[in-house]
Order: sequence, then C-alpha cells, then structure tokens
Amino acid sequence: MVFDTDHAFGSVPLGAERPRRPYRGENPAMARRENNSKDSGVRGQQGVELAGSEAPQELLRELVAHLRQNRTQLREEWVARISETRLLTAMTKEEIFAEATSVYDSYVEALETETFEALQAYARNLSERIIPRGVETHEVVGIVLLLRDVLARSLFAKYQTDFKKLNRILDAYEPAANRIANTVAVGFVQERERVIRQQQEAIRELSTPVLQVRERLLILPIIGVIDPQRARQLTEQLLRGIRTNRAKVVVIDITGVAAMDVTVANHLVQTVEASRLLGATVIVTGLSPEIAQTLVTIGVDLGKMNTVGDLQGGIEQAERLLGYKVVTLAESR
Amino acid sequence: MEVPILKQGEVLIATFQAALSDADLNQLRSGLVRQVVKFRSRAVIVDVTAMDVMDSFASRTLREIAHMIRLRGAETVIVGIQPEVAFAMVQLGLTLEGVATALDLEEGLAYLTQKFKNIN
Repeated sequence: MVFDTDHAFGSVPLGAERPRRPYRGENPAMARRENNSKDSGVRGQQGVELAGSEAPQELLRELVAHLRQNRTQLREEWVARISETRLLTAMTKEEIFAEATSVYDSYVEALETETFEALQAYARNLSERIIPRGVETHEVVGIVLLLRDVLARSLFAKYQTDFKKLNRILDAYEPAANRIANTVAVGFVQERERVIRQQQEAIRELSTPVLQVRERLLILPIIGVIDPQRARQLTEQLLRGIRTNRAKVVVIDITGVAAMDVTVANHLVQTVEASRLLGATVIVTGLSPEIAQTLVTIGVDLGKMNTVGDLQGGIEQAERLLGYKVVTLAESR
Repeated sequence: MEVPILKQGEVLIATFQAALSDADLNQLRSGLVRQVVKFRSRAVIVDVTAMDVMDSFASRTLREIAHMIRLRGAETVIVGIQPEVAFAMVQLGLTLEGVATALDLEEGLAYLTQKFKNIN
C-alpha cells in the first residue's frame, strides 16, 4: 500500500491553514475585514495589523531560531519525556539520546526548509534500524508527538505575554509539525510493510522447495495450505526446476496438505499436464483419505495423474521409470 | 519463412522459428506429412524451443501434425516447450494428448532411440 503523505491525514500545505483558524474573533484577517467595512478611515490600525501578521515563512524562521537556541534543553526535556512514558524500551538510554539528537535536528531542518525529503529518508533509515529491534508503531508515533508537544510548550512559555504572536506562531508551527509527524509515521509504517512483504516472499519461497534426489528425479514436498497464489508459484517453480535439472520424473508429495478445493485440484492436474509437455512424468504421492474423497466428490479428472500411496513408493516407482534399481550390498555380491 | 526439415537417420527434425505465419505453419505441416513417407522415416521431432508464446493456431497445428504423422505410420515428439508456454497451453486446454513430448532435442532423440531399441 502507498500512502500519500500530503493527503493521508488531511494535512494542509503551509500557509493555507491560517484563514481557517478563527480564534475567538482575534484573527487579524477578520479584524481587518471589519475595519474595511465599518470604518475605512482608521488606516493606522489596519497598518498595524498588517505589520503584525508577518508571512508564515518569517514566523517559521523565528521559530527555527528559537528551537536552535534551546536545542540542548528541549532535547533533554524530550528524552526525559520519552523515558517517562516508557517508550522505546527496546533501546538503551544512550541510543535514545543519540537518535533523539538526530531526530531533533532533522525536525528543525524540516521546519526550516519546509522540505520533507531529507526527513523522510532519515525516517526510513531509522525505521530500518529499529524495526528489527522490535520497536512498535505506537512508540514511533508517540515520540514524534511528544517532541511536537515539547516544542509547542516551549513556544507557549516564550510567547505567553504576547497572545496574538503566539497564535500566529502556532498557526505556522502546527501544520508543519503535523506534517512532520505524519511523514515519520508513514515512513515507519511503509518500512514495516516492506519488511513484511519481504518476509512473506521468503516464506513463500521456502515453502515450495524443488529438490533433486537423483539424476533427473525431482521431489516437490508440499506442506500446508495451498491457496491459488501459492499453487501458481509452485507450478512456476516446478516447471522451471524441470528445465534446469533436466528432470524426467517428478514426485509431488502432498502428505502435508490437509485439504484441497476444486480450484487447487484443477491446478494440480494442469501442473501435471504442463510437466508432461516438458517431457517429465509426474507422480503424486500421499493423498490423504479426505483429499481423495474431495477429489472424487468434485469429479476432478484424475485419469492422467499417476498416484502412489506414500513418498517412498513414489520414489521407488520413479526409480523404476528411470531404470534405477536399488540393491543391498549383500544382494549385489 | 520456410522451415527447413532435416533428415537424421530414421528421424525427421523440424525447428519452429519465433515468427512463423499461419501460412508457414501450414506449409511445414504438409511438408512433414509428405516427407515422412518419402524418406521412410519412423519418427518426426518438432522443436519449439524458440517459441516464447504459442497461439492457438500454432498449438492446433502441432496437434494436427502429430495426428497426421501417426496416420502416416510414424511417431511425433514435440521438444523444447518453454515452461510458461506449457502452462499457458494447459490452461487453454491444449494438452497435446497422445503426443510424446521431451525437454529438448537431445532428450527427444534419446527417447526415440530407446523406443526403437525396444521394438527391434
């Protein structure tokens, strides 16, 4: 799944947020409109208002400067909050501090440049490192939100005397901070999903080994549930295996398969036929009574299938087909 | 593009090329059916290694060749079907029943040698 970081949680580009946040009639834009309609003579006041509402970029710059200045203190506060809330328990205190430092710096940088690529890359890299150590999604989201809160608190403290200024600073800060939180969380989840996909792929490949037991004889032990996707993959691997190993006989052992539905049964028959087109004979072994019952009930055409009771019998039959004869040393003397 | 038909002892060998038109296929079919008796061949090997995709016409022609050759008193072995092609053919229901198949030309010749030996 692909997340669009811009829209996943409805965040809005920087600056667009401002007019949407009327704050108990204190919004300068609203005040300005009142001035214009009611009393256009008070030019001076309007001028003050305009001067007060700096561009969001300027506010951000001020904000970044503040965060740079108080880097050490804020970072420590953040780390303290992290250990207080018992997040990232899988990591040592030193590690948390080191990561916190780089996250803090990337965070401030993202605020400053308003570009999130570097942060995204860092989040991916961080996720790659911490996922194998068992860090959970809620922890990552938690620490980013903690940082957001810590920084917001410091802004409250700094601008507590100038409420309007605080308001504007927060207007600039919040969308950016939310977007950063969003980016990091999405990056983490994406990395996790990538790992899961990779593991699924690995499990799938492990689950269908095509093994050569003798020259020109392959066995394909199937264990577990066969879904259509796995059946398809199994066929692909088998046909490729026949070609690369130049196999004449293949034994498919389904002792480990508990049940089979009509789709998979038909697929099995098709696999047998396709193998024949490559010049290989297929012997199916280990059909359980339940599967035998199912196949007979659903009326799968088994005429072309060569079946033997167990794997040993299958291999013996395959050896006969290939012209091998197994004799004990005593017999051969 | 005409498909050359090679005579190797008692066997005729024809190799499919990748881009054969329907007319070429028909020509190959009639050529094989004619020559198999002319050369008193006991078997025909059709090598389809070069075909990455096989449409229904090509596979139907293969089957027709096999059945016609049998009526002319010889056996057909289809060799070199690619794994993907094999599965696609099976899914289309083109299983070439009653026609011998082998992995490649070498296997096909070995199969026939063995078979001739058993008969003699």
